[in-house]
Amino acid sequence: MELATLTYLVVGITFALYIGIAIWARAGSTTDFYVAGGGVHPVANGMATGADWMSAASFISMAGLIAFNGYGASVFLMGWTGGYVLLAMLLAPYLRKFGKFTVPEFIGDRYYSKAARIVAVLCLIIASITYVIGQMKGIGVAFSRFLAVEYATGLYIGMGIVFVYAVLGGMKGITYTQIVQYVVMIFAYTVPAIFISMELTGNPLPQLGLGGDMVGGDMTMLAKLNQVVHDLGFHEYTTQTMGDKINMFVYTLSLMIGTAGLPHVIVRFFTVPKVRDARMSAGWALVFIAILYTTAPAVGAMARLNLMNTIQVGEIGSPTGNLVYDERPQWFKNWETTGLLQFEDKNGDGRIQYYNDANADFAAKAAEWGWQGNEMVKVDRDIMVLANPEIAKLPNWVIALVVAGGLAAALSTAAGLLLAISSAISHDLLKGVFTPNISEQSELMAGRIAMAGAIAIAGYLGLNPPGFAAGTVAIAFGLAAASIFPALMMGIFSKKINNVAAIAGMLSGIGVTMLYVFQHKGIFFIPGTSFLGDMGANWFFGISPNAFGAIGAVVNFVVAFAVAKVTAPPPEHIQHLVEDIRVPKGAGVATGH
Amino acid sequence: MTDESNAPSAAVQYWQANLRLLVVCLVTWFIVSYGFGIILVEPLNAIMLGGYPLGFWFAQQGSIYVFVALIFFYAWQMNRLDRKFGFQED
Repeated sequence: MELATLTYLVVGITFALYIGIAIWARAGSTTDFYVAGGGVHPVANGMATGADWMSAASFISMAGLIAFNGYGASVFLMGWTGGYVLLAMLLAPYLRKFGKFTVPEFIGDRYYSKAARIVAVLCLIIASITYVIGQMKGIGVAFSRFLAVEYATGLYIGMGIVFVYAVLGGMKGITYTQIVQYVVMIFAYTVPAIFISMELTGNPLPQLGLGGDMVGGDMTMLAKLNQVVHDLGFHEYTTQTMGDKINMFVYTLSLMIGTAGLPHVIVRFFTVPKVRDARMSAGWALVFIAILYTTAPAVGAMARLNLMNTIQVGEIGSPTGNLVYDERPQWFKNWETTGLLQFEDKNGDGRIQYYNDANADFAAKAAEWGWQGNEMVKVDRDIMVLANPEIAKLPNWVIALVVAGGLAAALSTAAGLLLAISSAISHDLLKGVFTPNISEQSELMAGRIAMAGAIAIAGYLGLNPPGFAAGTVAIAFGLAAASIFPALMMGIFSKKINNVAAIAGMLSGIGVTMLYVFQHKGIFFIPGTSFLGDMGANWFFGISPNAFGAIGAVVNFVVAFAVAKVTAPPPEHIQHLVEDIRVPKGAGVATGH
Repeated sequence: MTDESNAPSAAVQYWQANLRLLVVCLVTWFIVSYGFGIILVEPLNAIMLGGYPLGFWFAQQGSIYVFVALIFFYAWQMNRLDRKFGFQED
């Protein structure tokens, strides 16, 4: 069957499933809408958490990041999984015991302060919106590349699907669609990986294939890759780093703390019946995430090797060693039309030279062969996962499956984020601060309207991505790491932190992080406004702005403890609240009262 | 983070046992990722695990497996503590 027809078919079937579930899982109460009725099985919740967590970035971008950063990309692999250890041990069980609907609600109650709750709501909304823009973009790109529809049309279709199941079903609809989306996503990710691993190493398990020998040779896969990239002047794959050791350390820490502090992930643990389910569910979530995350290093490494070998077909330096441009494979042409892959015949020999011309020694040697610079002027890392099945010449149904998987990843994360935003508005702002006497039916309606509004805003931002969209990931993780995680953790593990200390901590954590990010990237990402411009890049111990959340978190902890030392301890009933959430006994279904 | 009283109640003992367990788990968490995957990656890379340099393996595979095992270990131990101190649900 034609690739286009097949893709329509596979994507159409998955979308029909999502809508079917939406009609089946309609929300009848606020408990349904915010926490899916509180009766989700821990394994099911783990699966939904996996889909919620693994976004278009995990599915599409991560393997590409690994392919071009080698060992350096370990910060993402460890950072985005290690956070679940913190979540399972430091936050999830206690917040489940607390038994309310939202993360800002805990902060507001524990610190007996509406101001603290509002600060938390603001952090949540900014972090979630920046995150959701990326998902919307992913949906639009997937549609425009594979289904031959306009970017905008693709975006509207995606918005329409999310609208149906998120507005109708709230958390309940989202949970059950996420479970299906996880299954679609994991099939789409592992099937091509298994094929490619078989082809290169003869081992069907990519996790073992990456550590295995090449087919028809006695070299290991990684040694071969190291050799291939090194011979073309690139850094050896297994030792290439991202900044120095301090940067890698702090980067990993920031991603871990940020992961544990992202509200759309935390609320998933409010949907399980018991405290012990929350602990187990975090374990299951990580199992489901690990299936993709341990496959990704193999996908990245193997895609890199395939890409290099496609272009460097013969001996390096020999006149016929490089691929003739006119004989380039079909996938190469497909991606050229998107502009994500660009070739420029610098030496006019009609062949493609792909090497590291920033490496002076190698560039000098290359010049002797008549190479006049790297001719692959653009290889967008985001195409690696999507192009992988084509590069490995896999059947069309695998490619169609990958498209459906990418869409599932983007939709499931977008829905989780949108729910976090809408519940922050309807439950924390409306019910919690402005109109406390609102009836349950009105609050449910308000939740649905907030959801529809959030979808409209996310769609608008997806259509007109602000110039700073690329830099905003730092903001999402920075805010979660520097404000939400420390506030939650201190709220559980210390009885001494009072309202003033918590607010001072959150604000200084956010302040320091934003200051560093804006100093590097401009105030609100407006170019040319980066104050202190002469401080040099990554001036604080070589730490890159994206990695600064951990420093913000440390500042938050220090300031909060210092302020708590010189102010009065929290009132008696708050100390009892803390004692109560520390023991599992007596946890009911989450309520809003 | 600790309560001072002469005869610690069940809740206090439960909490302290929890904290001890937490320290064990988080030290392991730190060693496999930051220790083996980042700080000690070069010396460990001299050792091979199949076709993987060991430090590289910890950074891209091993640490993730240990994280999963740690959460289940923690959940299992906490269920024991819940029962031991009578704080289990239902």
